[in-house]
Amino acid sequence: MKPPAFAYYAPKRIDDTLRMLHEFVREQNLDVKLLAGGQSLVPLLNMRLAHPEVIVDLNPLEPQLNYIRRDGDMLRIGALTRHYVLRTNPEILQHCPMLADAAGLIGHAAILTRGTIGGSLVHADPAAELPLVFAMLRGMVTLQSAQSSRVIDARDFFLSYLTTRVEPDEILTEVALPIMPARSGQAIEEFSMRHGDFALVAAAAQVTLAADASWQGVRLGLGGVAPTPADCSHLLTPLVGKRPTWDELREALRPIEDEIDPQGDIHASAAYRKELAHTLAYRAIERAIRHTGSAPPEQ
Amino acid sequence: MGILAVIIMESQTVFYELKVNGKTYRVDDVEPRMLLADVLRDVLFLTGTHLGCEHGVCGACTVLLDGLPARSCLMLGIQAQGYEITTVEGLAPDEEHLSVLQDAFWEEHGLQCGFCTSGILTTMSWFLKQNPTPTRAEIREALSGNLCRCTGYQNIVTAVERAAAKMKAAS
Amino acid sequence: MSIGEAIKRIEDPRLLVGKGQYVADVRVPGMLEACVVRSLYAHAKILGIDSSAAYAIKGVVAVVTASDLPADLQPIPMRLTAAPELVHALQMPLANTIVRYAGEPVAVIVADSRYAAEDAAEQVLVAYEMLPAVTDIRAAMRADAPLLYPVLGSNTIYTLAAKKGDSHQALRQAPYRLTLDFAIQRHAAIPLETRGLVVIPDAQGRIHVYGPTKVVHFNRIVLARLLNCDPALIHFIETDVGGGFGARGEFYPEDFLIPFIARNVGRPVRWIEDRMEHLKATNHSREQRHHLTVGFDDSGRLQGLEDEIWVNTGAYIRTHGATVPEMTQAMLPGPYDWPAFHLVTHVVVTNKTPMGTYRAPGRYEGTFVRERLVEAVAHTLQLDPTVVRDRNFIKSEQMPYTVGTHGLGEDVVFDSGDYSRMLAIAKEHMQWADFPGRKAKAREQGHLRGMGWSFFVEKTGLGPWEEARVGLDTEGTFYCHSGLAALGQGTETLLAQLVSDQLGIKPEQVKLVHGDTDVVPAGNGSFASRGTATGGIAAYIAAEELRRRILMVSERRFEATPLDLQLGPEGPSMVGSPSKRMDWRQVAAYAGKVGVELDVRERYDVPHMTYPYGVHAAEVDIDRDTGRISIERYLIAYDVGRAVNPALVKGQIIGGMVQGLGGALLEELAYDNDGQLLSGTFMDYLLPTSCEAPDIEVIITEDAPSRHNPLGVKGCGEGGTTGVGAALANAVADALDAPPQAFTELPIRPETVRMWIQRLSAQQSLDRP
Repeated sequence: MKPPAFAYYAPKRIDDTLRMLHEFVREQNLDVKLLAGGQSLVPLLNMRLAHPEVIVDLNPLEPQLNYIRRDGDMLRIGALTRHYVLRTNPEILQHCPMLADAAGLIGHAAILTRGTIGGSLVHADPAAELPLVFAMLRGMVTLQSAQSSRVIDARDFFLSYLTTRVEPDEILTEVALPIMPARSGQAIEEFSMRHGDFALVAAAAQVTLAADASWQGVRLGLGGVAPTPADCSHLLTPLVGKRPTWDELREALRPIEDEIDPQGDIHASAAYRKELAHTLAYRAIERAIRHTGSAPPEQ
Repeated sequence: MGILAVIIMESQTVFYELKVNGKTYRVDDVEPRMLLADVLRDVLFLTGTHLGCEHGVCGACTVLLDGLPARSCLMLGIQAQGYEITTVEGLAPDEEHLSVLQDAFWEEHGLQCGFCTSGILTTMSWFLKQNPTPTRAEIREALSGNLCRCTGYQNIVTAVERAAAKMKAAS
Repeated sequence: MSIGEAIKRIEDPRLLVGKGQYVADVRVPGMLEACVVRSLYAHAKILGIDSSAAYAIKGVVAVVTASDLPADLQPIPMRLTAAPELVHALQMPLANTIVRYAGEPVAVIVADSRYAAEDAAEQVLVAYEMLPAVTDIRAAMRADAPLLYPVLGSNTIYTLAAKKGDSHQALRQAPYRLTLDFAIQRHAAIPLETRGLVVIPDAQGRIHVYGPTKVVHFNRIVLARLLNCDPALIHFIETDVGGGFGARGEFYPEDFLIPFIARNVGRPVRWIEDRMEHLKATNHSREQRHHLTVGFDDSGRLQGLEDEIWVNTGAYIRTHGATVPEMTQAMLPGPYDWPAFHLVTHVVVTNKTPMGTYRAPGRYEGTFVRERLVEAVAHTLQLDPTVVRDRNFIKSEQMPYTVGTHGLGEDVVFDSGDYSRMLAIAKEHMQWADFPGRKAKAREQGHLRGMGWSFFVEKTGLGPWEEARVGLDTEGTFYCHSGLAALGQGTETLLAQLVSDQLGIKPEQVKLVHGDTDVVPAGNGSFASRGTATGGIAAYIAAEELRRRILMVSERRFEATPLDLQLGPEGPSMVGSPSKRMDWRQVAAYAGKVGVELDVRERYDVPHMTYPYGVHAAEVDIDRDTGRISIERYLIAYDVGRAVNPALVKGQIIGGMVQGLGGALLEELAYDNDGQLLSGTFMDYLLPTSCEAPDIEVIITEDAPSRHNPLGVKGCGEGGTTGVGAALANAVADALDAPPQAFTELPIRPETVRMWIQRLSAQQSLDRP
């Protein structure tokens, strides 16, 4: 399981990388892959499922693209920020704790030290944690090419299984996530066959309460149930303005199984994934509410 | 930029330096696609790092880069320039002695075939720096990225506990 | 060091510092690397192979196909449990006109690097004409099924049977009958090191082969026959080995191909299997179906059993012949005194990777069936399953007990065992008497808690013989040459401990040699938990004789009687006279002078296999909403006759359990209907991690030593695996109060548990309080 041959380049400045990409992709029509953490790409190379003609290594850009900054009501995260940094960064723990939790669920330590947030979003595995969190929170990404820079909303970013809107000559350079509003709680729940595996199904929730502890806002996303992260927030918007009991929450989530159309595979059937979606969505909302610090509603 | 007469595939070979276990090695005339694990094993003859799956799951190939664990089967050798790489061969204090962790594995029968052991020793030596007083559950969690097919893990967990206790007593 | 002590292993220091030498660590100048081109399809005719593009890849030295092999090449023969009916399905090293499983070797590339060899492998053009494939046992037996061997007329190529008493009448007369279907999924040994070989031709026409293990002497003869050369030209050397568990060390196609190619190109060739290959190429195991009927009375006393068994052996018969089917049948009756049984086992071929043995072969499967069955009987009668077992146990007074089955060339005769006592010990340890209370309390709190048991009898110590050569050389170093193999289980420590125990020295003083056919002329290898009870005994007896000679020499030297002498690490000395001592070099020199040979060869003839036994107990907690199983407690109690090194024994039991757990809950070699392996990487073939493995409580007893060897050892390598499927299935069934039909298939996935929770909730009180 050795990678096929490719030409390798590792420019040290982002402008050079972008110019090189433009040259290879637009002028020479070469098949180019960008190498960030390598935790998704290198297995594909080793299995010879990918045969790029050129690999452009983004890692020399780490000094420029590894940052976490608060910018008003957004957190701006450089695309080459490693997963393990997300787990313990104080800004993230305070303003977007779900991202820290999600990073911890990705996999084992050796994966977290190399994998990057940009790489995870571009790889767009529908069962992956960071794409789910990004989609649920309706974050934004900056995509740069030699000629332009554009910002795309999460709702437009994921096209299908392992496919995004990123053009072959573009680099994802920054991820922006809204900071968690006051009186909010976030939680991510997943079910996998073994500890640290890809999730069969994952649920990410954010609940925002009003001063009287009624629901002011709610977001719910599911991973592993569709080709892209699925937004199921609309199932819960009828509960906004209320103080729903746990039974009312369970009832509101009941139609979730009809909303989604997961694929079955050797690990789990579609029917079971639907059941898991319901269970995990419930658990995620319940935990998010507990994280608001407010007393849970009566039964 | 001027590099545009690009030679694709076949004959691109590269050279670079790698710092491994405190020593600097020159890697000459290799293809850029050569994985770090293969460079360590077949160019530098440091065969203590093992390949069990070549897709990042089993952990047998785990080395430390600037003290942090990484799968050497998921990196190109050329990407490891500039890091301080530690392999299993670099864990013992000298030729005559084992590290506290290695010794604990010996005492606790923490290995059978030994194939997974290298990757576990590097991972656990990092882990104990992060968490010097781990519970068994925490050890199991930290260990879960390294597969073992022989021991059933139990003695490995005990060995790490033992090493942690010894290190704590010494400090 | 004495027998019975948990001494540290002598293998460990080099392994801990990365100085182990596994086959992939062997490098010699001028070495080439090989890569096997494998069939993409499960069943197809090969119309032609075009290697021209492969040859054009830089670094390629050769592309070998079946047409390059000798025209009179024979297929790979069986090593165990051979039967004439199976000969037609033996495998040739390279497919010639037809491929029968996805992954079958079709060509071999040799190049200056593995990277280049893989580049070339992608360029080999094989023209296939697809044939219909069959993968499922039931589908393979249908009248219209595609036939793998049309000349045999059926995909059921062999049938064995075992019979005791009149099961037909017994079932007819039994007050109760239960008919059940069982299935165990295809899974495999999957050691962490893949296979590999390094073959080095020398100028004298010999080849030196690194990589063989397990049964090197046998395999060397096979290779000589296939190469049509004198065995003296072949030298096997065992390297450090990353686990075997039955799958590694058998003779595979590559074991012929790589030596053949190395001899032909005249250069060293290394072949290291990668993981994706391994999952398709190295022996699969376990896949079987059972359809049985058991008869019993109202006290749970078993009256009779009829079980029809189908084993999915894959596309070819490999070196194990019909071992797995035979072992399934041979040990299926287990610890119970059955009045009658009739077991029929069919060997079925399908377009899947061929099968071989894997830890507790036939017994993991048979124990799962039998022990789930026994608890199903107990459940039907609302009786305590441990009481039902005890009512049916073979009593220790009945030993030796002839089971009525046959396996590996012997009638199965249990030599010794007190099964009732073993179960009582385990029940006490697990606080079984209090369990109903714990279970009820858990239910009140909304938890589903269950406990399951699994009693097993194992077979170990297979003969026919084993050799050891123990001696003291002129440098004063002790050596032990053994016909055993070392695959990670601690063979060297075990032998060193036995030898040093006799001689009063430290285990580190014994230099072990095994697996090197130039040094060790004969041996039967390490498999089937035979090591301690055969090679260990041979070394022990040889060391005993060596001790006698050393004492004799020392007596003469010191003019002393045996009572005055003691042996220590430094050498022999006279008790009470410190000046009267020799170091070992002096002993060797003096012995030479007086004509006593301090070199003892012992061939120990093994009278019969021996039968250790034990019990597994699992206490589990089930998550109602997801069906996830959490193992709260797990006990294995195992009587091994005598434990030479309790740490090694415990290590085998725990390691074995986690493999059994993988089989019960996680692992599956899943195929689609076209014969494509779906779980082709470690992302889909799920090995247990440290988070899935529980802390396992182990009790080792020595109540029933073997009657077949002077130390009473029985061996212990597989019992940790044998009982896991049943213990977990029974525990889950108990947690749900599920009927006999539940959890009769492995693996038990959370989804299946969840399905039964829903089904039973609809019927009875499994609901939340």
